[in-house]
Amino acid sequence: MDTVLKIENLHCQVQGQQILKGLNLEIKRGEVHAIMGPNGSGKSTLSSVLAGKEDYEITAGQILYQNEDIGELSPEERSWKGMFLAFQYPVEIPGVSNINFLRTALNERNKALGRDQISAKDFLRLVSEKSSLVGLDNKLKNRSVNEGFSGGEKKRNEIFQMAMLEPTLSILDETDSGLDIDALKIVSNGVNTLKSEDNATIVITHYQRLLDYIVPDFVHVLYDGKIVKSGDKSLALDLEERGYDWLKLEKAL
Amino acid sequence: MSYTEKELKKELEGKSYEFGFVTDIEAEKAPVGLNEEIIRLISSKKNEPDWLLEYRLNAFRIWNEMSSPDWAHVKYQEPDFQNICYYSAPKQKKQLESLDQVDPELLRTMEKLGISMEEQKRLTGVAVDFVMDSVSVATSFKDKLADLGIIFCSFSEAVQNHPELVKKYMGSVIPASDNYYAALNSAVFTDGSFCYIPKGVRCPMELSTYFRINEAGTGQFERTLVIADESSYVSYLEGCTAPQRDENQLHAAVVELIALDQAEIKYSTVQNWYPGDENGKGGVFNFVTKRGLCGYRSKISWTQVETGSAVTWKYPSCILKGDYAVGEFYSVALTNNYQQADTGTKMIHVGRNTKSTIISKGISAGFSQNSYRGLVKIGKGAKNARNFSQCDSLLMTDRCGAHTFPYIECENPSAMVEHEATTSKIGEDQLFYCMQRGIPEEKAISLIVNGYAKEVLNKLPMEFAVEAQKLLEISLEGSVG
Repeated sequence: MDTVLKIENLHCQVQGQQILKGLNLEIKRGEVHAIMGPNGSGKSTLSSVLAGKEDYEITAGQILYQNEDIGELSPEERSWKGMFLAFQYPVEIPGVSNINFLRTALNERNKALGRDQISAKDFLRLVSEKSSLVGLDNKLKNRSVNEGFSGGEKKRNEIFQMAMLEPTLSILDETDSGLDIDALKIVSNGVNTLKSEDNATIVITHYQRLLDYIVPDFVHVLYDGKIVKSGDKSLALDLEERGYDWLKLEKAL
Repeated sequence: MSYTEKELKKELEGKSYEFGFVTDIEAEKAPVGLNEEIIRLISSKKNEPDWLLEYRLNAFRIWNEMSSPDWAHVKYQEPDFQNICYYSAPKQKKQLESLDQVDPELLRTMEKLGISMEEQKRLTGVAVDFVMDSVSVATSFKDKLADLGIIFCSFSEAVQNHPELVKKYMGSVIPASDNYYAALNSAVFTDGSFCYIPKGVRCPMELSTYFRINEAGTGQFERTLVIADESSYVSYLEGCTAPQRDENQLHAAVVELIALDQAEIKYSTVQNWYPGDENGKGGVFNFVTKRGLCGYRSKISWTQVETGSAVTWKYPSCILKGDYAVGEFYSVALTNNYQQADTGTKMIHVGRNTKSTIISKGISAGFSQNSYRGLVKIGKGAKNARNFSQCDSLLMTDRCGAHTFPYIECENPSAMVEHEATTSKIGEDQLFYCMQRGIPEEKAISLIVNGYAKEVLNKLPMEFAVEAQKLLEISLEGSVG
């Protein structure tokens, strides 16, 4: 199995503040990795630096995506290479329909990769196929991106976009936050359906609950900018039971 | 990121204004300066009747008594009115019988501007009147329109051929004494467009006027008069460009619309006068008075996309005189670099059950200043009048300004007036979201801005909407910071 993502000794600072302090992680095709950790441990920083957000500066170490150092690549270039971030707080873009947004995204990628533009017919077929996957309400497709969507609809829309873009590496940043149990099931079901031998998923979450539905192959605990413990899915259950405090103690010793 | 904003800006330099060319056409010009002699000269050049000369001279006297308005939120060096040429006409054979007689250089200009008259003639359903510097040079589709009784011609022709209509309506909505620039225009206007739609006729095509300043040192003073007789309908488009020049050029136009009972006029503008360079040098001063008069159950709808001009001072307005009259104003005003815009509308409710809607979307980039100024006035007799105003501002940088000056005067207690306003900065988060989905920054900006302006762009006729979208894109390139 080949490696999709390899993070080596990653140090990252935001506005002068060191957040990640030597993070290591390796993810292979077909795997689902869960990253858990208390507030302020660096979970969201990890997703932002992977996606290439401005102001997230790599001060040491590197991110290898499919054996390529992507530290200098723009967010869109990373996206074209198959990286996808499902946002914790998806933004609203008034006046831009969901459909138009996705068509622009697909065509910009096609253009960048030297492929043909997608025809209207193929695009619509793709939309109807993928939206049924996440049970996205038909009327949401023509509404402005995330505008006036409920919390659950926003997250569902993220997974719909993920389905449309068919990424090699998906990063789900606290996708479970703000979801009731029904929405959680639908979203998880979407993620599970999209899972294949060729792609990989990082699930960043606070709670074990999500991992009942998206079963991880590995669980990592992020604490103070580093991965302090890794294990299988039983680690998540341990955390659920004991909280994060025992890790702090362990680290202090 | 591998591509910095600076590199991008460099790449885009000089690309910003693609209509900055000058056409080499011999022109017949009046001496520079402004006095009664010049006005008499213009009037005689145009072979005008005495009443019109009197109208001009009277306006000139009024103008002499006035001083330029200083209440707008703009700063500029007042033009030297004695240093402007008030009459410049492309030299050509006297009367044009058909397009074949038009100067080929002029035809090339039109083609560069994307108006191929030849093609327009054959393919599209848009009739075009082309006004360069001071005179109207070509009008297409005249015959076809004439079959329906529609008059669509240059203002000068209307003066010669339909003096009774011109005399009756000219100045009826905007008297010469209305304001400083309207008075100036009334004294020295040289041409413009005229349109009359007879009773009960629905104009089957978009009527369009294309204005272009070409000569250096000239001002453009055109007048547009649109009369929609009872129960008629017309959609009218106006486009503007000018060459790239270091000096400021003056454009002071007057547009009067008259919608008689149950008539409807839709008036759309895409204004792209040369805005000056990135240091604020040069550019057109766009001081325009536009107003419409609405009769019983009639409707006037103004839609404008303003991206050009160094300074814009413009308030397309509606006087809702008849009962149940409707006035609408949809505006997108974009300013970049050192551009300044003070624009908005006046909705004057006179009749009962009159209704008005104002949607204004300001976009400021660079070091520009963008103001919305609007008046909603409900008169004593305007029972059950209703107004809804929405004024949004979008800031692209932290060095530009957005201002809103809404005035509401209400003299009738049964009226309902609503005003909503928002100001937002283009979000880093929005941009990052788009980029994460594979949409590069420039494209993301235009997507977000077009989405923001969509409500207004949707009001434009189809071909114009596409052009306006592109224009917003070009005007904003490399402008986020």
